[in-house]
Amino acid sequence: MNLTQQQLDGFNVLLINEERIDAHNSSDLKAFIIDMIEVGEPNIVVQLQQVKFIDSSGLGALLAGFKHATAKSGKLALSNLQPQVLSMFELTRLNRVFEIYNNLDEATTSES
Amino acid sequence: MQSADIQVDVIIPTQTKYLDLIGSIGERIGRELDHYSGDRDALAYQLNLVLTEATTNAIKHSNYKGPKDCVRITIHIQEDELDIKVFDHGQGFDIESVPIPDFDNPKENGMGIYFIKTLMDSVTYTRMEEANVLEIKKSLR
Repeated sequence: MNLTQQQLDGFNVLLINEERIDAHNSSDLKAFIIDMIEVGEPNIVVQLQQVKFIDSSGLGALLAGFKHATAKSGKLALSNLQPQVLSMFELTRLNRVFEIYNNLDEATTSES
Repeated sequence: MQSADIQVDVIIPTQTKYLDLIGSIGERIGRELDHYSGDRDALAYQLNLVLTEATTNAIKHSNYKGPKDCVRITIHIQEDELDIKVFDHGQGFDIESVPIPDFDNPKENGMGIYFIKTLMDSVTYTRMEEANVLEIKKSLR
């Protein structure tokens, strides 16, 4: 899975450079996020600008990351969701679990 | 796409790398259903999702996991209804006993069947001797 990790204003930003998250790559995503948290980076913003499609396993991977970050006193937030991807969070009420930002500026300003 | 009956029949190995292919077929069909009066972009996403979830389910429940096992997916496009069948060779499961997700305590798993039931008009799962079939119908009216 094509992922890029960046530092932005003291935040760990994870860019997902894939159009699709499904059962073929979601376990890679989950493992990557958990590794980030385990090496001491529990505050993460996942930037989903490129993602046009997410299935239940992709939502599950992000939820696993969220729970892991919370358990380590951190936070996993999301930014730049495409409308159809956002609708999946609404359908599962996961929009009430995650903090969702329009863009990275908004995410890092709100979180700091 | 004209409203004459079209049948798409795909057979893939039980490997998740083919989910993109199956989902993309559903997405393309959704986009081209000219006579569908609803939101075609939403329908396209829903068909991509439902085919992805149903095929993932069939791959997970597959018995053999070997290179010879396969999942067969048929999509029948009719004037007023879309009929999807996904065949698997696993032990099968009782679709009625799959619980609705607990939204107050969300879990990582168990949302796939919920999506199919919520977004489509009817879903049945039938165990048969040679294969099980998950049948999904969506009204196009």
